[in-house]
Amino acid sequence: MMYWRCFVGVLNREMLKFWQQRSRLLSALVRPLLWLFVFAAGFRSALGLSMIPPYETYILYEEYIVPGLAAMIILFNSMQSSLSMVYDREMGSMKVLLMSPVPRSFLLCSKLVANTLVSAIQVYLFFCFALLVDVQLPLMGYVYALPIIALLSIFLGALGLLLANSIKQLENFAGVMNFVIFPMFFLSSALYPLWKMQEASEWLYQVCVFNPFTSGIELLRFGLYEKLAAKELVIVLLVTLITFTFAVRSFRPKPAAAGFGNKSLGKNSA
Amino acid sequence: MEIDIQGVSHTYGKVTALDDISLTLKPGFNILLGPNGAGKSSLFALLTGLQRIGHGNILFNGSTITQNRASIMKSLGVVFQQSTLDIDLTVKQNLAYFASLHGLAPEKSISRISDLLNELDLSDRLNTKIRNLNGGHRRRVELARCLIHQPSTLLLDEPTVGLDIASRQLIHSVVHDLAVKQGVTVLWATHLFEEVSPTDPLAILLNGRLVERDVCSALLTKHQVSDIHQLWDVLTHAN
Repeated sequence: MMYWRCFVGVLNREMLKFWQQRSRLLSALVRPLLWLFVFAAGFRSALGLSMIPPYETYILYEEYIVPGLAAMIILFNSMQSSLSMVYDREMGSMKVLLMSPVPRSFLLCSKLVANTLVSAIQVYLFFCFALLVDVQLPLMGYVYALPIIALLSIFLGALGLLLANSIKQLENFAGVMNFVIFPMFFLSSALYPLWKMQEASEWLYQVCVFNPFTSGIELLRFGLYEKLAAKELVIVLLVTLITFTFAVRSFRPKPAAAGFGNKSLGKNSA
Repeated sequence: MEIDIQGVSHTYGKVTALDDISLTLKPGFNILLGPNGAGKSSLFALLTGLQRIGHGNILFNGSTITQNRASIMKSLGVVFQQSTLDIDLTVKQNLAYFASLHGLAPEKSISRISDLLNELDLSDRLNTKIRNLNGGHRRRVELARCLIHQPSTLLLDEPTVGLDIASRQLIHSVVHDLAVKQGVTVLWATHLFEEVSPTDPLAILLNGRLVERDVCSALLTKHQVSDIHQLWDVLTHAN
């Protein structure tokens, strides 16, 4: 019961924070919608697509990028969540979480589930908007996508937790954009099929194949078309397990950096 | 709960924050006096398990945090020097969040919040966001947060710093009552002399070393001084 109450408490707090930051929902949707409505429209003819699995017919570029943009939402939300953990640590409220009697791994799991819920809300809202440009996926595809969205959220959320613990100051978080989010996103199959990348550069193609985010996108793409990408599923499960293990380990107590608190001395003080 | 700090040393790189600290805290009001930078917050980080102990051991009723984390955490209430409240949430939301982290049932949590806010004269602030509270009120909420799960041990790191006299007295009296009337083990870290009364067990921390520990009045007698200011002068000159 204690675990359940603790889980509900963490979930409730994250949802409260999400509700309070409604602009976060807006910006989370504006970014992929710009790609979908503007970028895709402009590049539709420039980026011709061949027929590749899971598609059984030629598709418009808008349809191709929807899974990638959904994964982008999850990626950005996970990094946003890790940013809020860095903020919590700087503000001190992380200590409150870590003082709970339940194991830290459970607390971090609860955080990841809360992150998953927020991501899923954003992704399904995005799917609704995608209907406006006639990207209508198989009905069951939306259902199959849910566990994949959850898995991707947990993977990227764990990566975010790991990053949150390695970033010592809030100001350094901008580096995450340049060194994690953008490379992960652009070196993947989110915006272009990998054969196009291979045509341009073999080594870039290899980097994209190696990128686990690519596996995540393909897993989601196949899921949305009611198909299972088994190899990608195994890869994402493995990297999730590894990332989560390291994230939990990074939250174990360790000798901290120097810092002795308040330096001011009162008149009547020792 | 009895806390036994045994030969604890802690360093940050080449800086020694705590040097072979040994101290036993028994139920009641215990004061840890030391200037800023003496190592009080470092000791708190070790006591709460937020940092790993470099050398030595801390036992809570005979167990370390590693051995018995859940039970020890349940019994600890901590006010850190730095605020730990979420400024975007209300008083109620902050307290309910902490209560849930300690597994309190929602109905119990509501009744505890109500009781504590009454006691700390904050009941009219229930739905106020923390960012809209002044420093004194925020500190009282911190205290309510640390008391919500009815801990048997309170660790308070400079709980009254920067507060007006009324808030200071209120917090001091609430905590003192818990220590005296309910036998809660309290460690009250401070650098303020006026928070030390002659009957308090006192430990004095200077440059990471525990230079004295005894009941305050006994220390005054031992050093043949009449008040804490003089005791401080004697100890700082000797160390």
